[in-house]
Amino acid sequence: MTNAIKELILKMADDALIFGHRNSEWTGIGPTLEEDIAFSSMAQDKIGHAWALYGILNQHLGDKEPDTLAFDRKASDYKCCQMVTFFTWDYAFALVRHFLFDHAEYLRYSSLANSSYQPLAQLAKKITGEIKYHILHADTWMQSLANGSEESQARLQSALNEVFPLAAGIFEKGPFENKLIEQGIFIGEEALRNNWIEKTKDLIQSMGLQIPDIEQNSEAPGGRYGHHSEFLQPLLDEMSEVFLSEPGASW
Amino acid sequence: MSSLDPRINRLDLLRQEQNASADRGKNENWPAFEVFHQAKRGQHHKHVGTVHAPDAQMALVFAKEQFGRRQTCVNMWVVKTSDIISFSYNDVDMFETTPGKLHREATGYKLRDKVEKYKQQQRKKADKK
Repeated sequence: MTNAIKELILKMADDALIFGHRNSEWTGIGPTLEEDIAFSSMAQDKIGHAWALYGILNQHLGDKEPDTLAFDRKASDYKCCQMVTFFTWDYAFALVRHFLFDHAEYLRYSSLANSSYQPLAQLAKKITGEIKYHILHADTWMQSLANGSEESQARLQSALNEVFPLAAGIFEKGPFENKLIEQGIFIGEEALRNNWIEKTKDLIQSMGLQIPDIEQNSEAPGGRYGHHSEFLQPLLDEMSEVFLSEPGASW
Repeated sequence: MSSLDPRINRLDLLRQEQNASADRGKNENWPAFEVFHQAKRGQHHKHVGTVHAPDAQMALVFAKEQFGRRQTCVNMWVVKTSDIISFSYNDVDMFETTPGKLHREATGYKLRDKVEKYKQQQRKKADKK
C-alpha cells in the first residue's frame, strides 16, 4: 500500500514543483505589475504545495529530504505530467494551461480532503482554499479575454487548441490506480477526469470558445511513467543549479 | 542589450521593443481601483492601497495578492477611484478652525475621575486575590 500512496503523492508533488517553477519564469516580466505579482504569488503557492507533499513522503513514508527529492533526481524519476514541463513565452499558453491545470488541481484536492490517508486529507483541506483563488484568477482572465477584442479571442482559442490535448496527461492512470480507489485513498484519475471535463466544458462554452474534441484528445503521453518532453531537462538543470553546487549544505 | 538574468535575455526585449513601439499607448492605461482590507469580521474595512485593473472583478483578483497575502484578511472591497467623491484641497480652509473648537471635544467630564477611582479599586481587589 505504501508504494501506491507514494506514487500518488510523488506525481502530485512533481506537478506542483515543475508547474510552480515554470510559472515563476514570468516573475518580473508579467504583462502588468499587478498580474506579475499575482502570477508569481501563485507560483510560490505551488512550490509550497510541492514542499508539503515531499514533506509527507519524508516524514510519513520514509523517503528522502524534501530538498533532495525536489532537486536531486534524474529527469526520468520525475512523475509530473508533460503539460507542466512545456516552456513558453506566450502568455495565452501560460494562462490557458493555468486554467486547465488548476481546475484539475482544485477537483483533485477537494476530493482528497475525504481521503482515508490522513496526512494527505489534512493537507488537502488546508490548501484547497489557495487553489480556489487560483481558479478564480484563471476564470477571471479567461472570461475577460474571451469577451475582449477579436485578437484576444483568437489568441485564447489558438492556445486552447494547443494546450487542451496536453491536459489528457494530467489524468494518466498510475500502476496502483485500483488499489488507491479500493482503499478510499483517491477517487481515481478516470473519475477525476470526468469531473474535470464536466466543469471545464461548461466554462469554456459559457465563454463563447470552441472546446476541442475531447475523445480525440484523450491520449496520455507517459509523464506519469517518467517519459518527458525535451523541455524538462533544461528546467531541472536551471532549477537545481544552486542546490547541486553544494549538496547537503543548509541555505 | 544583454542582462545577467538569462530569463531576460531569452525574452529578446530589444526586438519586441521595436515591434511594439507602433502599438504604444493603445490600451495601456487601466483605471485605478482603491482597495479596502478587513482583518477580522466586524472590523472596519481599511484603505490599504491602489491597483490598476481592466474592471472591478479583476481589481478584486489583483487586490487579493497585492494586499491580502501578507496579513490576515477575511474580506476585501474595491471601488473605482473615479467613483470616490472628495473635497478639493482648495477648500482646506473649511477645516482650519477645527483645532480651536475645544468645546466640541469630549473632555473635561467629572465622571472621568470616578471611573479612574473605580478602576483602581478593581485593580486592588484583583491584586489581593
